[in-house]
Parts: sequence; C-alpha cells; structure tokens
Amino acid sequence: MAEQILAFCEELRSEEVAIGTSEIQDALRALEIVPWRSPVDFKEALATTVAKSPKDREIFDLVFDRHFFRATEEAALEYSPEGGEGRKAALSDEVRDELNMEALAEAIRQAIADGDESAMNELARLAIEAFGRQGESSGVVGVDMQRIRRGLGLSPSADTGADGETEGEPLDRDQIARFERQLRRELQRQQIQKQGQLPPARPLSDLNRSLPMRGAQDLAAVHKAVAQMKRRLATLGHDPRGAKRGRTVDVRRTMRSSLETGGVPLNLKYRPRRPRKPEIYVLCDVSTSVSSASTFFLSVLHALHDSFRKLRSFVFIERISEVTQVFEDERDFTAVAEKITATGGVADISGYTDYGRVWNEFYSDVSADLGPRSTVIVLGDARTNGRPPAEDAFARIAERANRTFWLNPEPELYWNYGDSVMSAYTPFCDGAFECWKTEHLEQFVDVVASGKVDTAGSTTRKYTSGHRY
Amino acid sequence: MAATPQTVPESPAEVADALRDAAYLADDSTALISFLAQRLGKPVLVEGPAGVGKTELAKALSRSTGRELVRLQCYEGLDEAKALYEWNYRKQLLQIQATASAQDEGSDPVGMGEIFTAEFLLERPLMKAIANPDPVVLLIDEIDKTDQEFEAMLLELLSDFQITIPEMGQISATTHPIVLLTSNNSRELTEALKRRCLYLWLDYPAREREIEIIRLHAPEIDQALAGRLVDVVDMVRELDLKKPPSIAEAIDWARTLILMGADDIDEKVFRESLSIIIKHRTDLDLVAEKIVPRLGGGNGSANGSGSSNGTG
Repeated sequence: MAEQILAFCEELRSEEVAIGTSEIQDALRALEIVPWRSPVDFKEALATTVAKSPKDREIFDLVFDRHFFRATEEAALEYSPEGGEGRKAALSDEVRDELNMEALAEAIRQAIADGDESAMNELARLAIEAFGRQGESSGVVGVDMQRIRRGLGLSPSADTGADGETEGEPLDRDQIARFERQLRRELQRQQIQKQGQLPPARPLSDLNRSLPMRGAQDLAAVHKAVAQMKRRLATLGHDPRGAKRGRTVDVRRTMRSSLETGGVPLNLKYRPRRPRKPEIYVLCDVSTSVSSASTFFLSVLHALHDSFRKLRSFVFIERISEVTQVFEDERDFTAVAEKITATGGVADISGYTDYGRVWNEFYSDVSADLGPRSTVIVLGDARTNGRPPAEDAFARIAERANRTFWLNPEPELYWNYGDSVMSAYTPFCDGAFECWKTEHLEQFVDVVASGKVDTAGSTTRKYTSGHRY
Repeated sequence: MAATPQTVPESPAEVADALRDAAYLADDSTALISFLAQRLGKPVLVEGPAGVGKTELAKALSRSTGRELVRLQCYEGLDEAKALYEWNYRKQLLQIQATASAQDEGSDPVGMGEIFTAEFLLERPLMKAIANPDPVVLLIDEIDKTDQEFEAMLLELLSDFQITIPEMGQISATTHPIVLLTSNNSRELTEALKRRCLYLWLDYPAREREIEIIRLHAPEIDQALAGRLVDVVDMVRELDLKKPPSIAEAIDWARTLILMGADDIDEKVFRESLSIIIKHRTDLDLVAEKIVPRLGGGNGSANGSGSSNGTG
C-alpha cells in the first residue's frame, strides 16, 4: 500500500507537482483513517494531502486515473498470465448469446441515461466483444472506439432524433463521454491482456494538450527571483538624507522598556522606519519580434504582480495599453496570458513596434504619477522598425522616475545591429541587461541589489543627478 | 482526546450529518476533509472564489462540534501584537508602583519577574485559541491579505500548536483546535504554509445542491422557483463579471422574491431585483445586455425544471 502511494507520488513529481516527504506521510496517515475501499474517499483524501492548488489538482486527477488504471492492470496480469479468462466468465452465456446490436444499443442508451456506471462498464465489454466477433477489431484503441460508437449510433442528441429513435430523453454530450471513457478503458484493458504487457506510460502533456508544457516550474522559478527582487528593491534607493529626521516615539514600546527602570522612561524607543513601498511601472513589448520571449516576460509580469501591490503594468506594440486590471482580476497564469493576447494589443494597427510613439504616450499619460519612489522597468528588444526612437521622451521619463531598467530579450551581441537602437536608450537607464531566462533575472536582481549597476559592455551610468550609485 | 467532552467523528458521513444539522450542506470532499482535519489534527487551507461559503464552513464546524469559534480577520499590516499577544504595560506599571509603595511601607518586596506572567498578557485571537482550556475552532480568514512574513509567523502555530513568548517560554495548546485558513487566491501562498495544511478547493455548488441550500435557508420558496433562480444565477456567473453572485446573495435574492410575491423570474421581476445579486455598475450593464433578453417573458426555464410550477 505505502509503496503504491510512493510510486504514485513519484509519478506526480515527474509531472512537476512539488510534493514534500511530510505530505506523503500525511497522505499515508489520512488513508489509515479513511475507509479507503470507497474509491471517492480514497481519491479525495489523497488529493487533499498532496495537491495544493487548482492546477495541481488538475494534474493530480489525470495522473490518478492513469496510475491506478495501470496498477490494477499490472496486478491482473500477474494473476492470470494467459489473459483474462476470469473476467469473461463473469458474463453469463445466455447474455452473450442474445448479443444483437439493436438490443445492445438500447441497453447502453438506457444505462447512459440512468448514469449507472457499473452497467455501463459491463455493456462496454459486451459491445467490444460483439464487435470482436464481427472481426472488426483493428487493434488500435482509437479506431475501435470510433467504429463501436458509430455501430451503436451513439451521438449527442441532435442525430438521435433523426434516426427516429425517440424513446427516452436525448443523451447529452457529458453522458456519452462517460460511456466512452468506460469503453476506452475496456479496450485498453483487453489490449494489455492480449499483449501480456503494459504499454509505456506516456507523459501527461501528450494526454492533455491544455496543460502547459513545462510552465509550472518555470513560473515558480520566476516568482522566486522576483520575490528576491522585492526585498532588494524595498531597501534600495532611499534617500539617506534626513535619516534622523521625522522619527516618532513609540509610546507603547517606551513604556514597556521603562519597566526595567522602575517606570521611568530613560530610553526612548522609536517607531521602526518601514521602508516605503516602491512603485513599479513595467512596460512590456508583446510584438512579434519578441514573441519567443513574451511568455517569459508575461510570467515576469505575473510574478511582479504577486509581490508588489503598487505596480502598474503596460503592454505595447505600436501603442501602449494598461493591463494592471487584467492581472488583478485573474490569478491563473494561462488565463492572464490568454486575456492579454486577446485584448492587450487593442491599439495595434500594423503589428510593428513603435517605441517613439510608446514613450510619448507613456510620458503624456502616466509620467505625472512618476516620482522619486518610482522604478520603471522596460521589457523589450528596442527594435524600432526604422521609426524614430524618440530618446528625448525616454530621457524625460527616466529623469522623472527614480530608477529605470531595461531588460532586453536578445543577447548583448545583437544589440544595435539591424533596427535595434538600444544604444540610444542605455545612457538614460540605470541598467540594461540581457534577459531571456530565469538565470538572467536572478543576475539582474543581484546587480540591482549590490548597488553597482554596470553591465559588461554598455555604458549605463545615468547622466543626471550624480549622487545615485 | 479523553479529556475533551467532544467525541471525535467516526466517518465522513457523520461529519456531513453534523454539518447538515448546523445548516451547512457539505459535499463529499468537504465532509471528508473536515473529518480528516479533526482526526489528523491538521489545519485546512480552504481556497475558492469569493462567496462560496468558506467562512461559513468554519462557523458551521463550530456549531456542529459545539466548539467556540475564534476568528482572526487578516488584513495588510497585521502584526504579532494584534494577532498573537501583547503585554499589558499599563497594568504592569500599576503593579510596579503598587509594589514600590508597598515596599515603602515595609511589606514584602515583590520581584521584577512577576510582572511577566499570564496575568499581564493581553490575549489576541491566536493566543486565545491556543490557551483556551476547551477545544475551539480557529478561523484565520483571508490569509492572502497579509504579508508573507505573517505567514512565516504562523508556521509554528500551525505545525505544533504552540506559541513561544520570549519572557515566558512556550505555550502549547492543551487541546487540538480545528484550524481553518481561508484564501481568495489573490496571491500565491508560500509552499511552507501549504505543506502544513490539508487543501480544500471550494467551488460554486452543483445545481441540485445549490437548490437544496437555497431551500434550506429560504424554506418558503417553492422547488420550481428555486430551480429557476439557480439557473439564472448560473447564467450570470458564466459572464465575465467583476463580482459574480455568491451563494449568500442567491439566498438573499430568494428571500427577496418571496417578499415580492413573485412566482417566476421574468424580465420585470429580474430588473427590479437585479441589484441584490449584481453590485457593480459595469456588471449591471453587462447583465442587462446579456441575460435579460434570454429570460423571455414567461416560464421557459433552462433545463425543463419549471414544468411543475405551483403558485407561491
């Protein structure tokens, strides 16, 4: 039992669900208490201890079905190496003799309408057998499925009426899908029995294309780097001037410490100075030239929104549009990405980035809000498609903001080649970095944190206000 | 376990029944996880959209087990002094002065250590839950509203049910509280916290269950109208709204319909009572545009459930 659970958890881990040892222990303890012979309780108890987000749960459900289906088959193979004679005996001979398609189809229809799982299972087996005798079995599960379904005349409500078979309510798609699941399972089972071995386990992303390929873990890594960045940014960039000014006495703590001196407040306690929250403005290029990096960029944005409350984000191609609200409304990353790709490029006409226009728009719309606490981060490749770069507008933005950083998804080698005008902007940035992987993001955090902003080749010193860095 | 008057439930079904008696209709996984929480003594992290009854679950557990409910509402900037404990320095000062004047009069001197005792401790919710001699239900509501630092502070409490006070040492729980944490999923909680909890995802209930819930809380409503109401609420939830209607609002709406004497939801009734379930200007427009035309004038409900309609 414990081994079985461990194997299952291993499989979950290989699908990138993070499970700790303590969680496996919890699962085992839970299964001691729960009457685990009831499949629903067993599954739920396992799920609550190891799958701890809706996303994890989705993966859990898929892996659960796959794993325990395979596990039972494996056990079945061990017990009857010649193939499932025992199984077939369960069906009485008379039932099998009167196997004709019409009666079968009707019985199945009835079972589906009643939602009777065990009857469905039985009938699925009968149907497969009937088709097997007609010599139509192709050996490929998917093909057989189609044939059987067609043979039984099973299709969502619309067609059933046309056949003239109106008895009973029309079946809806969900109900039929449930029967098909049984059918598929049964076909797989028979195939396994025939071949006497299990087919190799397929990775989950083959089974369900809607799952992100390797997104979850990447996203987690980006989140980690950004969380570090938060801590660093919070303590950086504060004016050292007036350090002693404006401190307020914390009466409560002063009185408390005065107890040591018999109630005489000898030592004043001050309220700790909370680092002020940074305000961050992120501008993210989502044009086709950065499409390979845009998922990464969006995940950076996503992570930033998790860490910073005072954050406004913008995406731009030809013009700029604010997407702060999208991130606030939606937590799930894939949903966010979908929404942004659907609505983010609203103001996009040609599909070519126009940095000059973007700066001017940003400057006129937003720059009034920029102040000594603001950090501006640009994610983009600085490829203007030959349009004017408008570096003066960018300079004005950079001057208003406390700090400006540029993360470029291209290797530094490619900067300034072709229509890239990176060098026009770097003088105004506090730092410009190449950034297309999580490691780069970590590097960026490190450099920002160490306070000496200077990337390898480029000159990145800010030309105004010399006291910074 | 033996010291507590409460009995530990034997099966998930027992928990489900107890919750039902406390006017909370739990689905299978909710009952199972509530059962596990009590048997394993582990905290439960409840996540889900707003208004699916996360907080209500804690209240129902409290009612069904006869335990006191201790609630900590989280918000940004919540700190130890407000969540755990604080020294009552005023009382401590008075004690010192009293001691000093007593010494002047020549009575027994009192040592300084004695002002750091339980007597001078102001208990905040978490402390109260731990120190309570009777077992309680502890609800830590909307944990996602606090900072990550606060989560870290909770870890000791959640895994060992104890609190360390530097001046006094550890205070351990004498009984196992049932701990529920709720989150609206507005930010990712830390792995460390999740690892210590059982996880329960609550979603909007299935149609039949929601009808049952509404009829439980608004018994005067008839079956057909309740079904119709749930269908409409479901339709509204499918829209991309700022704030989809919660279960509580659906119940409010049911009560409103009873007061209005309505026996079907047609366009007129819907428009008049719309503000019960929709609470955003932009949402109102969207619903008026998308839902109202689909209502039609009469009794045609979505899943053929309205056929046996009575008159209120």
